[in-house]
Amino acid sequence: MPLFHTDDQAMLAETVTGFIAEQGAIKPQLRRLRDAGDATGHDPALWAQFAELGLTGILIAEADGGLGLGHVEAGIVLREIGRNLTPSPFLSSAVIGATALAEASSDLKGRYLPGIIAGQCVLALALDEGAKHRPERIAMTAERSGNGFRLNGAKQFVVHGTSADALIVAARTAGSADDRDGITLFAVPRDAAGIGHNAVRLVDSSIASHVRFDGVEVDGGTVIGDIDGGRALLDKVLAAGRVGAAAELTGVGSGAFAMTTAYLKTRKQFGRLIGEFQALQHRAAHLYGELEIADAAVIKAQQLLDGGSAQAEVMVSVAKAKASRAANLAVREGVQMHGGVGMTDEYDIGLYMKRDRALAEFLGDATYHADRVATLSGY
Amino acid sequence: MSELDAFREEIRAWLDANCPAEMRLPVQDEDDMCWGGRKFVFKNAAQKTWLERCVAKGYTVPDWPVAYGGAGMTAPQAKVWREELARIGARLPLSSFGIWMLGPALLKFGTEEQKVHYLGQIARGEIRWCQGYSEPGSGSDLVSLQTFGEDRGDHWVVNGQKIWTSYADKADWIFCLVRTDKANKYQGISFLLFDMTTPGVTTKPIKLISGNSPFCETFFDNVVVPKHQIVGELNRGWDVAKYLLGHEREMISGAGGAERLNAIGAVVNRHGGIDNPVLRAELAQFDIDALAFAAMGEKFLDEAKVGRAHPAQPNMMKYAGTELNKRRHELLMAAGGSTALEWDSAETRGGAAARSWLRTKANSIEGGTSEVMLNVVAKRILDLPGA
Repeated sequence: MPLFHTDDQAMLAETVTGFIAEQGAIKPQLRRLRDAGDATGHDPALWAQFAELGLTGILIAEADGGLGLGHVEAGIVLREIGRNLTPSPFLSSAVIGATALAEASSDLKGRYLPGIIAGQCVLALALDEGAKHRPERIAMTAERSGNGFRLNGAKQFVVHGTSADALIVAARTAGSADDRDGITLFAVPRDAAGIGHNAVRLVDSSIASHVRFDGVEVDGGTVIGDIDGGRALLDKVLAAGRVGAAAELTGVGSGAFAMTTAYLKTRKQFGRLIGEFQALQHRAAHLYGELEIADAAVIKAQQLLDGGSAQAEVMVSVAKAKASRAANLAVREGVQMHGGVGMTDEYDIGLYMKRDRALAEFLGDATYHADRVATLSGY
Repeated sequence: MSELDAFREEIRAWLDANCPAEMRLPVQDEDDMCWGGRKFVFKNAAQKTWLERCVAKGYTVPDWPVAYGGAGMTAPQAKVWREELARIGARLPLSSFGIWMLGPALLKFGTEEQKVHYLGQIARGEIRWCQGYSEPGSGSDLVSLQTFGEDRGDHWVVNGQKIWTSYADKADWIFCLVRTDKANKYQGISFLLFDMTTPGVTTKPIKLISGNSPFCETFFDNVVVPKHQIVGELNRGWDVAKYLLGHEREMISGAGGAERLNAIGAVVNRHGGIDNPVLRAELAQFDIDALAFAAMGEKFLDEAKVGRAHPAQPNMMKYAGTELNKRRHELLMAAGGSTALEWDSAETRGGAAARSWLRTKANSIEGGTSEVMLNVVAKRILDLPGA
């Protein structure tokens, strides 16, 4: 399969690019929500518009009412979300949530998937238990209790947690914190008794929750997939989320880069456009290459994942790490090349820097994925 | 089964039956490669057999037209061919500047007669080519070249000097940039082909920091070149040269799936282990960049085949690929420790690691320096002012 978009994918990209550039732009979305002190984390009307275009069902099987497409298509949407810094529950719901629920009971699917497809339901992943992503270690417990389970523990960096209808929770039903086995995934209703949310605003104006589970009782119907055997499903969910975050990062990088090259062509100093200076030209050209290479790594990982390849796992980590590094370079060079105005809130380039930082951390930063590439490669 | 799957099965079966076992062993260095040409000495019988079998099927240049010695494969078929070679670790049957550089230029600019004649020779590995571009006074500023061809009616008489001519001492013919109009800088250069045995051509190998001599100085003293040996129009050789440089940069970048794209952490670990967490981290960062660049190479080739790649993209590829390869060899030297410093011991196959490391330093100079590549990207892709 060639490493570029098929005609159908290119058509989707054209539609999505126009739609998000218009409806999801920085001024009407990110800045408006931020400046109004919004506590939802996204604009529900925009989420419904995503649904009208069919975007919310991209990764949901046709049998479940979705489009049954793949990570290449989901990545097309995420790239544009990234380019426009659009606050959206797409990654947490239509990618991470949908991937988890693909292996859920029909009852559980029926509870959430139609809502995602309709752009009304939001899901959030409750996984991290410390400041750094470390899914190999899960201490939160789910003890058997009657016909169900009792959840105890704490999660953090639960993005869209306060607005989510349900949390996708990874908890331990057997073994000890560092065991690979003994994990079970649950879809826990947001307002279940015993859940405590502490919503915090992050540097990029997104909202994440610290969630406490104090003896939260859930019935067996909330279990996604196999009891104790949830690690394989969690790995799938993580691969989907990571390759999605990588796609979004390439959008962040390309948005910052476009803004920066435009600035190099308009700003004058010493009587010349600053883009005439070779010192800046070479840095811009280097950055262009890094962004192109990151794009290639991401589409390769998407295709491998869609094709069910055994190489997908390592390539997903390559994509997340490479996209993080490239986008990070783009925002740092962006602020520097904008000079003083790059430090002002008025200019958008700083917003890209903030978003990059949050996305880079989500589901493992570049160092986490470098470590993972080494481990998967046997060293 | 799709047509492409059927094709894959056909290729797989053919390779099973025809690729000798020795030709599935990893290439250790340039000596293991088959370069063809009049002076080439096959390393073993398997190398010769492998070449002959591929030549008979047009597989040395799988995507060239059958009439010019190729197999006429479509882009997806050629990709399958590359993938199937890689799957069994098969060596390329033939490596040559004729295939990678001159061939594409002849396909675009050559006359029908030239295509049939020269491309066929290249495909069969009969003629080994070298490239006469750089001169002592014309490196990055190539267009300032001075080697002059004086018009004598039905031929030119060429005088001048080239430098950094790769394997000129092993080559049979040269494709050479020659000034044919001193009044016009860009539109005063012609692209000539001539036999290295023509009277007046001499070569002198240049000893490099690696101790090896892959490059030569090449001197022309009243060399007679018949007029029909020009490619493209008179004084428009710069167009041919630039087109060819794109292919050269693509080749040096390693986009075609060269060894330099491979991850190295696992290999280093097998040869003695990695007991230093900082080295492990650097290897992992390298592997990420190498695997990402491999995807870039694949994407670029896929896009180029259907005309979707930016025409200046090989400049970015060349810059990124060569800087990556230099980093690769710095890491291999670091991982190898004092053993890798040995210069001529049998255990290190004559200091292969150290010599390869030094050789890679030329990657970001030959075929256009990294700095020139960045200039071109800034100008032609980013459209930055005054670039």
